[in-house]
Amino acid sequence: MVKLKKYNGFLKLFVIFLTLFFIFSCSPKNYNVTKIEGKQLPVTEKDNQTPEIENFIKPFRDHINKDLDNVLAYCPETLDKSTGKWQTNIGNLLADVCLQKGNQVFRAREKKDIDLCFLNHGGIRAILPVGNVTTRTAFEIMPFENNLVVLALKGDHILEMVNYMIKEKKPHPLAGMTFTITRDNSPKNILIQGKLLDTNKTYYVATNDYLANGGDSMNFFLKAVQKFDLNYKLRNVLIDYFKEVDTIPVPKDIRITEE
Amino acid sequence: MKRREFIEKTAASTALLSLGLSLSSFETNEIKHLTVLHTNDVHSHIDPFPADDPRNPNKGGVSRRAALIETIRKENPNVLLLDAGDIFQGTPYFNYYGGELEFKLMSMMKYDASTIGNHDFDNGLDGLYAQMPHASFEFICSNYDFKNTIMNGLVKPYKIFNKNGIKVGVFGLGIELDGLVDKKMYKETVYNNPVEIAQDITQLLKKEEKCDLVICLSHLGYKYKEDATKICDLKLAELTQNIDLIIGGHTHTFLDKPTIVKNKAGENVLVNQVGCYGINLGRIDFYFDKNKSHTNQGKSIIV
Repeated sequence: MVKLKKYNGFLKLFVIFLTLFFIFSCSPKNYNVTKIEGKQLPVTEKDNQTPEIENFIKPFRDHINKDLDNVLAYCPETLDKSTGKWQTNIGNLLADVCLQKGNQVFRAREKKDIDLCFLNHGGIRAILPVGNVTTRTAFEIMPFENNLVVLALKGDHILEMVNYMIKEKKPHPLAGMTFTITRDNSPKNILIQGKLLDTNKTYYVATNDYLANGGDSMNFFLKAVQKFDLNYKLRNVLIDYFKEVDTIPVPKDIRITEE
Repeated sequence: MKRREFIEKTAASTALLSLGLSLSSFETNEIKHLTVLHTNDVHSHIDPFPADDPRNPNKGGVSRRAALIETIRKENPNVLLLDAGDIFQGTPYFNYYGGELEFKLMSMMKYDASTIGNHDFDNGLDGLYAQMPHASFEFICSNYDFKNTIMNGLVKPYKIFNKNGIKVGVFGLGIELDGLVDKKMYKETVYNNPVEIAQDITQLLKKEEKCDLVICLSHLGYKYKEDATKICDLKLAELTQNIDLIIGGHTHTFLDKPTIVKNKAGENVLVNQVGCYGINLGRIDFYFDKNKSHTNQGKSIIV
């Protein structure tokens, strides 16, 4: 205990030091914001490139470009979504392709046939230009990641779908079905796979998952009694089709006629 | 005895020295400058738009953005670089590589953090998880609960960055997933009410953690004209307090300048969003000092 006394001076000093240290460190040290400046900087060609970043991206870009520019098929004329009032050549081609390719999956999985395909005009994002068709073409036409789905719809709801088309007056892609619009804007002679629409029957309709969930106000799709997700992206449907065909057929048949 | 004397002297002088230092550090009123840079909804736009693009010719591009950020870092090294989500989806880079390039490039540009957008679920939780090793920055989201998913532990509810002595609390808010993202993609991710979460987190960041600045990385969207009841950044700003800056995304909103909103306590909150596709870089400069007399004078906002 005697020995401790000799440390007293040191201890006192130490306690003072600690006290002061804690006073200062415990006092609020917060900074206050005094000025804020906000602006938006556009990223343009005036900005330099960063060689390190450029070199990193290049091999990936080259690989993608090589793959995207891979020629898959030949298109004899430009297919455009602004080519018709009730149907367009590109729209009908897309619906035909989805019906055909979707059926391969649907038959294998469910042992059933898809009766018709209905898509949205707005979902076609580019033209199919005359000449070589590449993977890039498929990405441009179909940039979205939508899946092909099959919905089981009652005949009543198919009729709703037809009325939607007449009301919307847009050339939505359609395959497997034809009908006529009368002078008083009502449908007649609705044929599905060549047979008259039976309002009591259940039909299998191929569409994309966006529309199946009621996108573009296609509320009739929400009334489906069954839904099958084919887990097959529409873009991949298109790419697989392009790989299969040599020359793209140009659909010229009339599916919706006006009296 | 010599040893003891030595200890006593050293201790005394150390104490005096620390005292002197800590006193002097309170005398000078040092002004600190923090530059917050931000992007949102870049959507895999790694290359600039081509010169013949009808909408955004020659705009954007990661390489140029990196150069712009580097120039700013040279001017002020005290930079916080943030993204408000939807890093994924929009170009073949994503379709081919699943987001690997996006994360690697953001890491090269030294992003500090990003929140999670709805499109970041586009390859499912597994797809996001697979890319996590490529990101050296933080993922921050406070209202998505990933507890029962593969992403458990990989997303922080908030993070405090110490930027040259400035404590910056960053938290994140994600949009409601139901109806927007397929359930099979987000699986057992739980969406919690963003306003309630924001109130709790900001209380924690400002009052308990004593952050000098609180930033919300939001993917809620700027404003919804067609659905006035839907939570958005402007509403979030009004309904909360203790947030200094909301960096938004999702709605691809191009603003002429950041919006100033009065919060619940009547204080100004900055809400910003810079469109999409890496066409713009947002820049908000904050100047701080420790002079107490400023506290009640408020701050000047130049936008």
